[in-house]
Amino acid sequence: MSWGFLRDILSGVTKYSTGIGRIWLAIVFIFRLLVYVVAAEHVWKNEQQEFECNIRQPGCENVCFDHFFPISQIRLWALQLIMVSTPSLLVVLHVAYRESREKRHKKKLYKTPGSMDGGLLCTYLISLIFKTGFEIGFLVLFYKLYGGFNVPRLVKCDMRPCPNTVDCYISKPTEKKVFLYFVVVTSCLCIVLNVSELSYLIFKYTIKCCLKRYDKKVQTMKSECQKLKYVDPDEPASTALFHSNASPVLVNMPDKPESNLPTDLRG
Amino acid sequence: MDWGTLQKVLGGVNKHSTSIGKIWLTVLFIFRVMILVVAAERVWGDEQSDFVCNTLQPGCKNVCYDYFFPISHIRLWALQLIFVSTPALLVAMHIAHRRHEKKRQLTSGEKVDIEELNKQKFHIQGPLWWTYTCSIFFRIIFEAVFMYVFYVLYDGYEMPRLLKCSVWPCPNTVDCFVSRPTEKTMFTIFMLSVSGICMLLNVAEICYLVIKFCMKAPRKPATLK
Repeated sequence: MSWGFLRDILSGVTKYSTGIGRIWLAIVFIFRLLVYVVAAEHVWKNEQQEFECNIRQPGCENVCFDHFFPISQIRLWALQLIMVSTPSLLVVLHVAYRESREKRHKKKLYKTPGSMDGGLLCTYLISLIFKTGFEIGFLVLFYKLYGGFNVPRLVKCDMRPCPNTVDCYISKPTEKKVFLYFVVVTSCLCIVLNVSELSYLIFKYTIKCCLKRYDKKVQTMKSECQKLKYVDPDEPASTALFHSNASPVLVNMPDKPESNLPTDLRG
Repeated sequence: MDWGTLQKVLGGVNKHSTSIGKIWLTVLFIFRVMILVVAAERVWGDEQSDFVCNTLQPGCKNVCYDYFFPISHIRLWALQLIFVSTPALLVAMHIAHRRHEKKRQLTSGEKVDIEELNKQKFHIQGPLWWTYTCSIFFRIIFEAVFMYVFYVLYDGYEMPRLLKCSVWPCPNTVDCFVSRPTEKTMFTIFMLSVSGICMLLNVAEICYLVIKFCMKAPRKPATLK
């Protein structure tokens, strides 16, 4: 169980994503997961052993490290990667649910189980909202926990059992800062992609909906036109049509002198 | 999740590359990624623990190490390899897009063999030529930028044996000794040379593509006549 597991699960999501969704996945895989595993993890590897305080008091270093790093930046980054990737699984679960439904009823219920319409579209939109929410949440958490995205070289600690104020030095602060900025930039990029995907999908399906409704209206009007092209005045249905506010009606006049129906009914 | 994932993704692009592109990919994976993983990482593994300063002042070693190595060679190489590989993804995305379009066109009428469609090789012409050429151009830019960053950050490509540090809290000037400087210099020069070879291959590939394009263009009016 490692990052490969997450990668395998997310690879399954590609099939049901839009173009922007695939770009988002590529950025998460290459610029976040891969950079984390091959580079960033090593920077924070010995962070506590290399955290040094100018004091001989036993326990002071431990207490100060714990005070300044309640949760290590690298662990927070790992949690962020996991939380941000998991909403995509909602889509995979929904498609699996659709497929099992089709199997149970033994007939075709959907155009294809993976087609983006109706319930699946809602699930996709919800997953996008959650992804964006988690990204913003973690960025705010990073900012609040560490007082910005800065990693200072020196921190002053006065926790018990340290006597008075003690200077403590963080290892590799510049390198850690570089990687934190990297996290922020890639997070912001992913937020932008999620928001644009959300707007694109909402816009696309609103237009589709409006066009469908317009199409339907045109179709009903056309079919009414067709129906009333040749109407026998003796037909009972025709009387109802004559009195409705429909478009002009062409009447097939029989050769009966007693017929007193109007030849042109334009309402 | 490691370099193997990158290799899988780029392996897909290999099919549609030119011969020079295939050589470039081989050089990248064998002489850069593999060397980084099996050798260079071990050499730099103990870089901070074996960085020794001639002082008892707590914190001085940390601060001097951070001052002289703002970002470690190993991490810079890893980032360089990731950035240099990513333009190839543009090509992979373009090919995936074309496959997707073809599938949509064909499934509306005829039966289509998905396996055959996936194995089909796309020739580098038309819009794909532009994507491919742009990706090579970006590769060259990234290589050059990283080589320049290395040069600026470390004042050349040699790893010094002794560094003189006078950053606070170190008292006055302190001598600090880098671990394995000769081995690190050798690896730095090796990685630099392979970077240079990759740049040359990319430049050669661009020239080849441009010449091919120019040779094709005048033929077209001749055939129209």
